[in-house]
Amino acid sequence: MYVYDDLDRTLLTERVCEFRGQVARRLSGELTEEEFKPLRLMNGVYLQLHAYMLRIAIPYGTLSTAQLRMLAHIARRYDRGYGHFTTRQNIQFHWIKLEELPNAMADLASVGMHGMQTSGNNVRNITTDQWAGVAPDEIEDPRVWAELIRQHVTLHPEFSFMPRKFKIAVGSSSHDRAALRIHDMALRLHRDDAGELGFEVMVGGGLGRTPYLALTIKPFLNTRDVLSYVEAVLRTYNQFGRRDNIWKARIKILVHELGPEAFAKEVETEWQSIKDGALALDPAVVTEIGSRFRYPTYARLDDSPPELAQARAADRRFDTWVNNSVSNHKMPGYAIVTLSLKPEGGTPGDATAEQMDAIADLADRYSFGEVRVGHEQNLALPHVAQRDLPALWQALDAIGVATPTVGLVSDIIACPGLDYCSLANARSIPVAQEITRRFHDLDLARDLGRLHINISGCINACGHHHVGHIGILGVEKNGEEFYQITIGGRADEEARLGTLIGPAVPYAEVADVVEDIVEAYLELRVRPEEIFLETVERLGVEPFKERVYATR
Amino acid sequence: MTSPLDKKLKVKGPVLITANRLGDGAVIYRTNEGGWTTQFNRAAVVTTAPAAIELLDAAVADDVGAVGAYVAPVLLDGGKMRPGNLRERIRLAGPTIDLPQAAALPAERALSDGLMDRDVRL
Repeated sequence: MYVYDDLDRTLLTERVCEFRGQVARRLSGELTEEEFKPLRLMNGVYLQLHAYMLRIAIPYGTLSTAQLRMLAHIARRYDRGYGHFTTRQNIQFHWIKLEELPNAMADLASVGMHGMQTSGNNVRNITTDQWAGVAPDEIEDPRVWAELIRQHVTLHPEFSFMPRKFKIAVGSSSHDRAALRIHDMALRLHRDDAGELGFEVMVGGGLGRTPYLALTIKPFLNTRDVLSYVEAVLRTYNQFGRRDNIWKARIKILVHELGPEAFAKEVETEWQSIKDGALALDPAVVTEIGSRFRYPTYARLDDSPPELAQARAADRRFDTWVNNSVSNHKMPGYAIVTLSLKPEGGTPGDATAEQMDAIADLADRYSFGEVRVGHEQNLALPHVAQRDLPALWQALDAIGVATPTVGLVSDIIACPGLDYCSLANARSIPVAQEITRRFHDLDLARDLGRLHINISGCINACGHHHVGHIGILGVEKNGEEFYQITIGGRADEEARLGTLIGPAVPYAEVADVVEDIVEAYLELRVRPEEIFLETVERLGVEPFKERVYATR
Repeated sequence: MTSPLDKKLKVKGPVLITANRLGDGAVIYRTNEGGWTTQFNRAAVVTTAPAAIELLDAAVADDVGAVGAYVAPVLLDGGKMRPGNLRERIRLAGPTIDLPQAAALPAERALSDGLMDRDVRL
């Protein structure tokens, strides 16, 4: 866990006071909506179809149990008893009242949480691998660097009014669990041939109307220079990014229109002028930030304890869950446990206040009081002793977060869509729900193997449909909901944008189309181990297109 | 204030003015009396662009009562009125999915024949 200091607490307290005054002036009419809107957006407050929505940052996806209990409290006291975990390590409450928002924000501030920079044209919540600090394939905990950047860009006046929003992700493992290449800027920690630690710097990624993957503009950046280089990128974007057209304002447009070499050259020029100044990192500062991440005092345990083997042999459901939802930990005898927020027929990413409280209790008991949030809209307990897995599973199963479908066809990423969002053209959630019902047979889901479905209710692509193995995009045609289908996308270290397979299909046919695609895959794969993506990469989209449109 | 003549609003059928209430974001509709209501069946319905613009201008001028006022289509079916598209149906009736813990909408927003339908004379 990261330990906040007095500066953090003072900043949040002052911010709540400021927002309380702004809300009071808005309610009295002293501020117009035109004046108030940018102020509320800077605190993560949107107005959606039915109510205001509050988006709260969960920096680098790390939650203490006190924070999770506070989220449960917010859900219960100010909302309708549940919250929605998003694809950017945030949580959203969709029924909150403007009149009550200052009190809700004061409650959140008491545990170090806020909605600052979860909206607006600034640097948004810095995201990382939800397994940071415990993943066996990790070089170093990326959260230390994410926190350094977070502190630097929070309320930074130069970066509070950029051409558009700016999303940064930091990774540190060979397997990319943070979807690095779909971010405006991504930093991947690695070692060079001499063993020195540094970052690969990628810029210009983003989905939406014009999807691009980020391009590497600096293969190796010494860690000492990370803040100055981030600053140089932001300054270059701030100077050259377009402000005349919202659809061309993101850095991805600038990088791809200018060309990555020319963009990198501009950054380099700026960077050379500041790299040896105040932003050059003193190792003591990095050590100080690192020291505020408190790690558990792990017990000395062996892997695969006998009680775990016995429990797996005795209960097939438990064994299935372990195979699906439990991952290796860097410490022997421990495991990372993913908690599925994707029950059959449920809303991807939703958790009730009761579930949040129960998960907090279980995290205190079994995971050193720590919970993680991943961009796949699931949670994780990062420090579970393997010997505790049978008891933990029983408890998780009882509260409905042990569905053993992590990474499978039912582990759908979906935005709130037209059921909540004022930007959406079509619904996402009921499409996801219907697909989970069609694939409720666990044996079939396991046979299909890794298969990621992503659904967005509009071109803004909050459901990351471009990088879904199967991507579904809702559009509106003559007042009806239609859905474009792409296949072959992926968001990992081999990130790729999916390919459109043909004309959009109506709402009622989306689940049928997914079934057609899956049936084609089962017939076309050369062996059971060949996952869907590999079949698409081997054969292209044509066989799938033929299957889907043969009868349509 | 912008002159109605400066606005290009196409009205091809019955429409109403809707917005969100400032304090809590609730969906509201402009009434014939120049106020706001959460009850769909009490909304003022007009069929021409000048009439819609007049209603909209008055609604927008009430910056404290409502946020984001706009013109929305209405369907008239046998003298009864219903929201004119899916977005407006969802705004009126709530999400089309079951909310966790059956987080029900307030009674005033509940979708019922009594609220949805009304006899309309244009």
